[in-house]
Amino acid sequence: MAKAYLVVGVLALNVACSGTTGAHESHRQRTSSLAAVRNTRVADSSERGTVARVAGVTPDSSDAQWTIPAKNYASTRYSGLGQITTRNVGSLKLAFTFSTGVNRGHEAAPLVVGSTMYIVTPFPNILYALDLSQPGAPLKWKFEPHPSSSAQGVACCDVVNRGAAYWDGKIYYNTLDAHTVAVDAATGREIWNTRLGEINRGESITMAPLVVKGKVLVGNSGGEFGIRGWLTALDAKTGRLAWRAYTTGPDKDVLIGSRFKPFYPQDRGRDLGVSTWPSDMWKYAGGGVWGWISYDPELNLIYYGTANPSPWNPEVRPGDNKWTAGIFARDPDTGEAVWAYQWSPHDLYDYDGINEQLLLDLPIKGRTRKVLVRPERSGYIYVLDRETGEVLSADPYGYITTTKGVDLTTGRPIENPEKAPRTGEVVRGVCPAAPGVKDWQPSSWSPRTGLLYIPHQNLCQDEEGTEANYIAGTPYVAAIVKMYAGPGGHRGELTAWDPVGRKPAWAVKERFPVWSGTVVTGGDVVFYGTMDGWFKALDARSGTELWRFKTGSGIIGQPVTYLGPDHKQYVAILSGVGGWSGAVVVGGLDTRDSSAALGFVNAMKDLPSVTTKGGMLYVFSLP
Amino acid sequence: MSSRCRSARRAAALALAVLGPTACRRETREFATWPPSASASTAVREVELRPGPPTREVDVRGPYADNAYGVSEGKRLYNQMNCTGCHFQGGGGIGPPLMDSEWIYGSEPENVFETIVEGRPNGMPSFRGKLTNDQVWQLVAYVRSMSGLLPKDVASGRNDHMQVRSQEQSTPKGTPQQSALPPSAEHP
Repeated sequence: MAKAYLVVGVLALNVACSGTTGAHESHRQRTSSLAAVRNTRVADSSERGTVARVAGVTPDSSDAQWTIPAKNYASTRYSGLGQITTRNVGSLKLAFTFSTGVNRGHEAAPLVVGSTMYIVTPFPNILYALDLSQPGAPLKWKFEPHPSSSAQGVACCDVVNRGAAYWDGKIYYNTLDAHTVAVDAATGREIWNTRLGEINRGESITMAPLVVKGKVLVGNSGGEFGIRGWLTALDAKTGRLAWRAYTTGPDKDVLIGSRFKPFYPQDRGRDLGVSTWPSDMWKYAGGGVWGWISYDPELNLIYYGTANPSPWNPEVRPGDNKWTAGIFARDPDTGEAVWAYQWSPHDLYDYDGINEQLLLDLPIKGRTRKVLVRPERSGYIYVLDRETGEVLSADPYGYITTTKGVDLTTGRPIENPEKAPRTGEVVRGVCPAAPGVKDWQPSSWSPRTGLLYIPHQNLCQDEEGTEANYIAGTPYVAAIVKMYAGPGGHRGELTAWDPVGRKPAWAVKERFPVWSGTVVTGGDVVFYGTMDGWFKALDARSGTELWRFKTGSGIIGQPVTYLGPDHKQYVAILSGVGGWSGAVVVGGLDTRDSSAALGFVNAMKDLPSVTTKGGMLYVFSLP
Repeated sequence: MSSRCRSARRAAALALAVLGPTACRRETREFATWPPSASASTAVREVELRPGPPTREVDVRGPYADNAYGVSEGKRLYNQMNCTGCHFQGGGGIGPPLMDSEWIYGSEPENVFETIVEGRPNGMPSFRGKLTNDQVWQLVAYVRSMSGLLPKDVASGRNDHMQVRSQEQSTPKGTPQQSALPPSAEHP
């Protein structure tokens, strides 16, 4: 039954998403028209409303462009472009390159608006505009915001930046020293620059903002520095603060009011953001907002996750530590919370709850539900009802010893007390490790295959809790960690997951964590990169590798695809190793210390022997 | 001479050695002073290049370079002041490694003292006003012991926590190298 609905949904969705303008090769047209025909047939039998589709619209619905890192508000990272197919991707060739001149981890997605490509670099956060209408895509202009050099000292996991957002003639992005800037997309001139945080409290910003209804949504980083997490909305025209919603503290600060209707009883009550913490610890409690935001225009709700509580050592912060390691649904106009849920109440392992949420309408148990799919750091793929916050399913997609499942009655993970960190004692075999089964690297979802393409890792760790000392502006972790490969010895994986059937369709193992995002196209090709520098194309249905290209450095960026001014389909990726997983290379770290870089170095000792640092854009097309 | 006599003499020599001035220094305990107003007094070169004929170099050792108590206090402060959160057990992370022989801002005790008190431009915070001179010198001694620059009999021989690296005492002494810019400063 469910399977039948999935097919229905997939076909219908294909039509909904194929509003691509511009020239397409015949294969693409054939596919579309076939889908349309079958969709008509389907529509007749779908009177009960079982037709699935992607929630939300793209700020610019044309697949020719790529205007926000997640491609659309539903965050599917799916492009209907179909010139590059499983049959011809093998002949993909390098079209042009561009050196960013920066040697740190490049996690950003390039943006394409009209005939211009925009790239944001890691610190010092340079914005480059490349002219796609000229041969070799020469530099049009660059914008340098000059962030404070000291900000590098409060960036836990390399000085990365996850990209910009385009809206109404402007490029919006964040700088490491906690500013948001608006830049004229045509000229590269700064329109406004607003300081949102204070590095002396450990705050930095690494996330890509999202613009919703004229508001720029930005969150802070610093869960390893005892920040107090928030999401802030700025007026896109002026940069003035519209609202700020804290993750912890009294309801008035969290913007919890009369509209707040969480699904589970443990999330109801007054000022839980205070009472679930010892004394005043909510004031330096973590819960940053450094990941992804999605938006459903029909429900008029934004969704975003909150990061780990501070410090990592859980013994010093008894209680559920609300609202860290959770998710909020809010009204983007006012910031008011509509529902909230904690993936990991009283988080034990640095399982930040900030991963991407894909807003899909899926057939679940016989009826279409507006769901939110979240491959969570704890190792479970959650499917939530995005109207209510109810957990519909939570299935493991990696090796887990820290919990024994998710109780669907209470919504709480079933913890394994044997693996709980303890002060002054070493607990071994903690799986997944602190970066989780998946960290920030975003998945994609194809309406054509009905599959989610999840880049992730396979890591475990040993951990000891230590004494915690909060000194503003310095790390506040209180744990010694040593990571290593999980069962099987491979450290990375790309899993194609069927969220309706609740099982993997296929998986590809990788030597290193797959720390890049994925993109999936109307040509049924999945693109991703590896930390040893390969950019790969897989068949979205089978996982068969169809093409690979060796870039200059390890890849931890987000691939995108677009139509050039010549109406050809291009695929772009930033190469440039780094990030938490690549810190051993970019920081020149000493591998004799297993605890270096929060314990990640121990799992990556061989990385410096296969890649070196260096940021470079690679763009490919068919000959 | 009987063998018993020889043993006695040997014991006496050993006792003298133990009570000798160096050994006393190893065990000396200075307790913290107040206020926390550490300040660098002597400027020390941080680079190899200096114009003109050589000038007289001051041999700076730092008051705890041969003091086991000072080094162990330094190790305690290293954890308490959250140095470990950036440099970890010497392998580095947010900040550069401290157990290798590369020194961005100089390896002399006075250089390290300045680094801690005044901070450095690519993320090292300034701890001025947070520590006393003595505490900073203890930290300096411990930090230098991480790369084997201190005598083995004063460097730490055991860890209170999970074993993640070999002990400071058994870290081979490297030749301090003047490094290039910190990796974080490599940008156009």
